Amino acid sequence: MDLGEINPVLLVASLMVAATPLLLAAIGELVVEKAGVLNLGVEGMMIVGAISGFAISVETGSPWLGFIAAAIGGAVLSLLFVLLTQVALANQVASGLALTLFGLGFSALLGQSYVGIKPPSMGDIHIPLISDIPVIGPILFQHDPILYVGIALTAAVWATLKYTRVGLILRAVGENHDAAHALGYKVIKIRIMAILFGGACAGLGGAYISLIRVPQWTEGMTAGVGWIALALVVFASWKPWRALLGAYLFGGITVLQLNLQAAGVAIPVEYLAMSPYIITILVLVILSADKSSAPASLGRTFHASH
Amino acid sequence: MKFTSLLTSAAMALGLATGAMAEDKTKVGFVYVGPVGDGGWTYEHNKGRLAVEEEFGDKVETVFVESVPEGPDAERVMTQMALEGADLIFTTSFGYMDPTINVAKKFPDVKFEHATGYKTAPNVSVYSARFYEGRAVQGHIAGKMTKSNIIGYIGSYPIPEVIRGINSAYLHAKAVNPDVEFKIVWAYTWFDPAKEADAATVLIEQGADVILQHTDSTAPQAAAQEAGNVVTFGQASDMSEYAPFPRVSSIIDDWAPYYIARTKAVMDGTWESANTWDGIREGMVAIGEISDAVPADVKEEALALKAAMAAGEYHPFTGPIKKQDGSDWLADGETADDGTLAGMNFYVEGLEGEIPQ
Repeated sequence: MDLGEINPVLLVASLMVAATPLLLAAIGELVVEKAGVLNLGVEGMMIVGAISGFAISVETGSPWLGFIAAAIGGAVLSLLFVLLTQVALANQVASGLALTLFGLGFSALLGQSYVGIKPPSMGDIHIPLISDIPVIGPILFQHDPILYVGIALTAAVWATLKYTRVGLILRAVGENHDAAHALGYKVIKIRIMAILFGGACAGLGGAYISLIRVPQWTEGMTAGVGWIALALVVFASWKPWRALLGAYLFGGITVLQLNLQAAGVAIPVEYLAMSPYIITILVLVILSADKSSAPASLGRTFHASH
Repeated sequence: MKFTSLLTSAAMALGLATGAMAEDKTKVGFVYVGPVGDGGWTYEHNKGRLAVEEEFGDKVETVFVESVPEGPDAERVMTQMALEGADLIFTTSFGYMDPTINVAKKFPDVKFEHATGYKTAPNVSVYSARFYEGRAVQGHIAGKMTKSNIIGYIGSYPIPEVIRGINSAYLHAKAVNPDVEFKIVWAYTWFDPAKEADAATVLIEQGADVILQHTDSTAPQAAAQEAGNVVTFGQASDMSEYAPFPRVSSIIDDWAPYYIARTKAVMDGTWESANTWDGIREGMVAIGEISDAVPADVKEEALALKAAMAAGEYHPFTGPIKKQDGSDWLADGETADDGTLAGMNFYVEGLEGEIPQ
């Protein structure tokens, strides 16, 4: 056992990569829930995004087109959720679960002929000068572009929710849809936009796994990340920066436990494997002690006649 | 009453008809642990299946189910295959051992073949390849190729088959490079590209410049390619899409001849329960082309090692070898017996860490 073999700089750099799919999906779901909708279909939308992105980038040779296709794929699947919950006014929990099950099966069908294929590589951004700064360079300035998209998205969602009129309206819809409706806001329309945004983000997160992190396609390869993203939104008290913290914490411990194993630390592998879940939940539960509560209309169906 | 009896007789007639039809054809089933397109383990088993089809043409019908989890699901899949009239069923992963035995008890007329296990029955054979012979060649090349003297090893499950591979690779790397060190990560999966990629990345970050894998996907190869200066080996299949670098050689499992022979035995009615463990000599284990990234002299030595094993002159576990705790295992010149190898649950001297229990 030799902890000195773990390079902290590389550890931080790779935890950011491990956390990005989780972050993308969580930010999308955060917006959806802020609008008062509970979409449990994150896992399904992620995996559909993973295969649409993979298939398109293999067919066209362009990872960028792949990511665009992934966002569209995730959004299209969330359209099904829109149809069920916003138009047909079905139960959101049941519809979301159905979406996940459907997405897992559908992606396996789409992916039949893509198993074992190598996707085109996106490559990292290397900004001259600043990416060569010791310590900070490898951590901050030598990643793939989508990782920065994830961070930018977090900042954008935070600023939009906090400072803009659009954000205010979205929150109003999520807190009290009857009042928002009485003020003349189009509750259903706003929620549909939020759900589509959430679907696109989940799709991006899925494609990040299949195109950058692994990169390969396998059935069920999102392996529960969507569920963790859902939990993360709750434990982060619907605050974007806390979601980022939680994602990095989870990604970090996931990477760290493998590092500990490779360094020969004598802790049974099973404990190491469960540690990311336990520690992330613990930290976020402690953080959420400040009584920030869920959007008041979360999960409730809206109909103008009520 | 009349209606139901009509239905019953119709069903019986149908059953008889399909039964009669099935009689001309020998039906062979395959249960796979991963997808046929994994590019590794399952891909090679499926090649074996296709070879059976090609060999016997119309006389045989093959069916397969892929990505079957090891456990109760496997039992369900095998039962279904047996009920559908399979005459011979190959179950191709270690974790199918108990399910195979259980199902075989219920269908005494169906022949079962379980890969890499050790439990047999009158209608259950076991077969495996001596992968550790291939690991010896890999270890030799790895020991010569590493500059950091750190070799990363992605283990699947801590079972004898995997531990044998680690020991064999280590002994032969150590023989050519006394400073070599092995870092082992257990992935607890046969096939999970995300986990395998993570494990490979971590090993590379901790200084490994050679990665050996005992998992089935090509994800570690991709991670090595990304890193740029890391050597890998194809596992179970050639994985030649990553040649000539990072993949410098590979262990290829060739199941086709065995599958053809066993299918033939069922057709002829000569099938008997057997315990087959073939290696390089019989052709069940092949060494994939050693690429030009390997220096010519190292390549030559590796090929000589392979030739010695093919000729039966050299056994990868030849004493003196001590166990990890320092106790004696094999005396000078003594070779390991198959019984010990089949149940190997210890590291040899020099390996660090403990085998998870």
